[in-house]
This record gives sequence, structure tokens and C-alpha cells, in this order.
Amino acid sequence: MRYTIPEQEIMCAGHKACQGCGAANAMRFALKALGPKTMLTLPACCWSVIDGPFPYSSVGVPLFHTAFETAAAVASGIRAGLDMRGDTETNVVAWAGDGGTFDIGIQALSGTVERNDNVIYVCYDNEAYMNTGVQRSSATPWGAVTSTTPPRHFKQERKKDMMAIMAAHGIPYTASASVAYAEDLIRKVNKAKQITGSKFLHIIAPCPPGWRSSPEITIQLARLVVQTHMFPLYEIYEGRYYKLSMDPKKKPITEYLKPQGRFRHLTEEQVAEIDRQVDERYAWLKEQAERSKPWFEAKKEKKD
Amino acid sequence: MQKVMMGNHALSWGALLSRAEVIAAYPITPQTEVVELLSNMCADGSLKAEFIKVESEHSAMAASMGASAAGARTFTATSAQGLALMHEVLHWATGARLPIVMGNINRAMAPPWTIWTDQTDSIAQRDTGWIQIYTSSIQEILDSVIQAYKIAEQIYLPAMVVLDSFVLSHTNENCEVPDQDKVDAYLPRFENAYRLNTDKPAAFGGLTGPDWYYELRYKIERDIQKALPLFEETGKEFGEMFGRYYGLVETYKLDDADIVLVTSASIASTARPVIDQMRSEGHKVGLIRIRVFRPFPSELLRKLLSGRKKVLVVDRNISFGMSGAFYAEVKAALYNVKGRPPMWGYIAGLGGRDVPVDVIKGMIEQTMKEDHPTQDIIWIGVKR
Ligand code: SF4
Repeated sequence: MRYTIPEQEIMCAGHKACQGCGAANAMRFALKALGPKTMLTLPACCWSVIDGPFPYSSVGVPLFHTAFETAAAVASGIRAGLDMRGDTETNVVAWAGDGGTFDIGIQALSGTVERNDNVIYVCYDNEAYMNTGVQRSSATPWGAVTSTTPPRHFKQERKKDMMAIMAAHGIPYTASASVAYAEDLIRKVNKAKQITGSKFLHIIAPCPPGWRSSPEITIQLARLVVQTHMFPLYEIYEGRYYKLSMDPKKKPITEYLKPQGRFRHLTEEQVAEIDRQVDERYAWLKEQAERSKPWFEAKKEKKD
Repeated sequence: MQKVMMGNHALSWGALLSRAEVIAAYPITPQTEVVELLSNMCADGSLKAEFIKVESEHSAMAASMGASAAGARTFTATSAQGLALMHEVLHWATGARLPIVMGNINRAMAPPWTIWTDQTDSIAQRDTGWIQIYTSSIQEILDSVIQAYKIAEQIYLPAMVVLDSFVLSHTNENCEVPDQDKVDAYLPRFENAYRLNTDKPAAFGGLTGPDWYYELRYKIERDIQKALPLFEETGKEFGEMFGRYYGLVETYKLDDADIVLVTSASIASTARPVIDQMRSEGHKVGLIRIRVFRPFPSELLRKLLSGRKKVLVVDRNISFGMSGAFYAEVKAALYNVKGRPPMWGYIAGLGGRDVPVDVIKGMIEQTMKEDHPTQDIIWIGVKR
């Protein structure tokens, strides 16, 4: 197979992530695609620690730390400032965790994408507030244990469908990705770079301390979450046209849940409930992809 | 060019003449005309700027921060609840050392709902590290925006130009609009030495422990203090170019005054004829209007107030559980001075209550009657 991952490393060693951190991998891959003409803004999240303390930084591009709920708005500002100073080339990227995206940051994010500001918004999703000690967020999946959803009262609500929320804004490009599929991830970042307007990337990023999994199986989990259909990889164009990036034969959900301490308390019925939710959602997604096929074909024809 | 305009439009004109490059704003009464005029200026091309129409004041300040970090001259405006919503990001702008300029129209805080003036909104931001200029005329509003950029960009700190809601924001006055080329000469294009730059990648605002955070705070304090002489210098330079001089305070018939009225903003304008009237009655009264509240001109006030017989401070704000804010700070500034005068602290005009000539005169007369103040808060005209 042809090697398609850019060799250039923009992120450097010495960062402060835990062993086996999916989020560190996500940044490493994304920066390979983004290249050095990139500016990042980070709200409060694990990455505000991972990057390293003042005066160090591990990302090799300019980085602006900002308040928890402001990543998207700051990115809009940086974009406008650069445009006014004649720099329309540099990629402006807001890089936030699930808390800063699904919860506290959603207002600013909604504002930015409603204006279709020309920025890339990346949510690396580790499915809880890991930096503050694993509290539930609205990205935490049903059934998971966190420090605010203990085993007796595990997360009772479904994970918020952030991709659908972004799609509902009608932005040009929305995509999900996983650190286990680096080439797919890099291809999507590259695509986002080429599109003018708001781009949203949702990257699943396993977190060993938060998921109570061992560090060496991070990539394995990031693959299983896709293979079990729990986190499908897909793209949404113009908020309406869906395309599955891959359609793997479903592996048993337990293969993904078992190695994680956060799901250990679940009964068989509860696992079946998760399975039901996953199937329901995957079926809906396939319907969307089916419905969208003519649009992609027409687009292809136009190109030919 | 002479132009009759409202206070809000004076802010917009100030931003236009300063060649703001990015404006990020959200509407709130009584600020709306500021952003409406700026939108029109951007639309008709008279102002070459990106206008980001954000979804909240919180994002207005966040987007301003991004734009300023990218090196652009940035402007926004707000009021009351909007300013309070920005509070967190005001600290960020200071800590990130971004010379953003913002207009704030002093509106009293809810509840109950109100749109009329007092200074509680901006006084509550006094510890954010923003420079605060309290204006008292339409002309001064416009001029202050230009001066604010001039100072903010030298010390890398943000600045707020403050005006009373309705009393100034919606009042029309004749205003001299300076020539653009003269403003350009006074305020050249800003080159931020610390902007985000892909040729010199660096992280801004990263996690900082007790080993350095302390020093970074020290530097903010050191630099905001530099604004004190800068206000005098840039105000003088402004005066030489445009014929209107500005400083930290404005004094009126102060030289031989025994009794000094200290106040701010539009109350000072009403106080001037009171001083005239009382002078004609043979009383040696004078006026100090504090124009710059942050940094606080303590040294200058010590110079101007020590040795006077009596001082009264009129506040259009209240710091609950303490007193009026200007009163508390003037008093603090004079504490270590030998021969400091006794000081009376009056609260007036909260929530837009009118503060007419006879009310101000009444306060001076009451001060003249008493030897010493008996309390820290003297409410004027409160219905009990
Ligand atoms: S807590 Fe989780 S997301 Fe945060 S640095 Fe550690 S492994 Fe990464």
C-alpha cells in the first residue's frame, strides 16, 4: 500500500499527555495535514495541559489559549484579523475537547458556524471532562461511569449528537474521524483545509485514565469503536448529504465495552440497550447515506 | 468638519477615524446605535473593517481577542448586562496583553429591568486591568477613542471609553470631527510585536505556575501605571494637533477653592454652572472631574486635594457594603497625606435619576454646614 501520511512532524516530543492519550495522537495527525501555516486556539481542555507549561509549547505552530467557552469565537476573530492584514492562507483552527464543544462552548460554536466563518473546528472527544478528573459531559455515552455518574447512577442520557447539530447549521463540511484510522483522519483534515467556510471535525480520542483502559490498547479501542458501529466514520456535505467513510461488518459491542472499566458495571440487559441504540443510530445513518447517493453521483459526473 | 451627533455615534466615529480593522459586537440597549452606524460604515466602504456579528457579548470580547492577537486594531462596544457577561473575557484580554478598545455605555444593572444610567456596570470591572476613561461630552467621547488606542497600544493593555446612557449616548451635540490624515499622524498603523505569527510560533497564555504567574501580574501593574504619564503626554500632543487638551482629570475654578467637589462623567457638566453660581455668591468652591479611573490618578489627586478645607465626592454608583467607588478611592489615595481634608461621600442619580443643578448645590451646602462627615454613604433624594 502506498504510504500517504505526511512524514513531517509539527508536533514535537515532550508534551504532557498521559501515556496512551488519544488526544495527543489526534493533534499529531491533524498537524501533519494542516502544515506549519496554521494557528491554533485552545479553550480549557486536556490540551491546555498537554501542550506544556509556559514558556514551552509542543505544537510548533502559534497557539492562543483561551477561555473555556470561547474557542470558536476566538477563531472567528483570528480569521478576521488575519484577513484584514492580508493573510488569507493560514489555517485557523479551534481545537477543543467535548466539554468545550458539546457543553459550555456550544453557543460560540453555533454562532461561528451560523456565520459560516472560514475556520476549522476540531473536537477531540474523550467523552468526559478528563482534565478535571473525569466528570460526565453531554458527550459521555449512555451507561458510562464517571466521577459524577457513579455505577449506581451511571450516565442515564444518550450522547448528544453533535454531528447532527453541526449539520443542522448547514455548514459545508462535517466529518467524524478516529485516531485509529490516521489516513482517513488526515484526508478529512486536508479536505477541510480546501473548503472555504466552517468545517467541523469530530475525532474520537480514547483516554486511558477516563475510560479505565490500559494505555497500550488506545488505538485498538479507537478502531473497535468504529468497528462496533458505536462511532461511525462519515462525512456530511452542506449539512445534508451523508457519506459513510467505511461500512465495517459490525463486531459484537462487548469487544469494545469489555476492556473499559467505565462500562464494567453494566448488566447484560444494559449492554443490550446500548446495542439497540447503536443499531438504531447506524440504521438511520445508512438511510441518510442512501438518500444522499444521487447527490454525490451528480457531483462526480459534473467533475468528469 | 463640524457634525451634530449623538454620543453613541461619537464612539463609532472614533473607531472609524482610528481605522479599526475588526469590530465584533452584539446589540444591547442603549449601545445599539454604535454598532448600527459601524455596520453601515463597513457596508458603504467608508470603514475598511471586518464586522463579526457575534451571538453574545461574551463572544464579542472573545472574537475581539482573537482579532487583536492576530495583530488587527479591534473595537467593540457594550453596556450593563453585556459588560457583565464579558467579565471573564475582560480578564483574558488583559492577561493576553491585547490593546482592544471598547465603548461602554453606563447602564444600571438589573433586576429590576432598567436601561437608564449609573456606573455600577463598569465599576464592577475595575479590577480587570482595563484602562477606564469616563467621558463627559460628545466631543470627548470621540477624541477619547483615538487617545485610548494611542495609549493601549503602547502599553499592550485594553481600554474602555465610558459614557452615561441617554444623558450622553442619546444626546446630540455639535462635534468637531478631526481630519483623517491628522488622526493618522497621531495614531499610526499598529504593528503588534507579539502577535500570532507562523514564522515565529509561540504559545500564548499557557499554564503558568507560581514561579512565573506572579511576575506576569507585576508586569501588568507596572505597565498600567505607565498610562498615567502617557495620558498627560498624549493628551497634550492631542491638544497641540486638534486644539482640545485631555488629561487624567479636568479641573474647574480649582486654584483658590476651599471646598472641592469631586465627581465624574456627566454630573461634572451639571456641576460647572453650580460652581459658577456659588462663586458669585462668594463661596470658594471648585471642581475636579476624574476622567481616568483606571489607572487611578492617586498622586495627582493628592497634589490637588491636600490642604483644602473640605472635599465632597459625588458618586453615580454604589459598591454595596462599602460606599460610592470614587469616594472610597479618593479617600484611600489621601489617607497617608498630612493635612488631608475631611471628605463627604454622596450617592446620587442611580438608575438614571436626574441630578439637576439644585441637587448638586444642596450637597455643597450640606457639606458647608457640617464640620465632619458622620457616615460614608449620604443618599441624596432617596424616597424612604
Ligand atoms: S486525561 Fe485522557 S485525554 Fe487527558 S491527557 Fe490524559 S489520556 Fe489524554
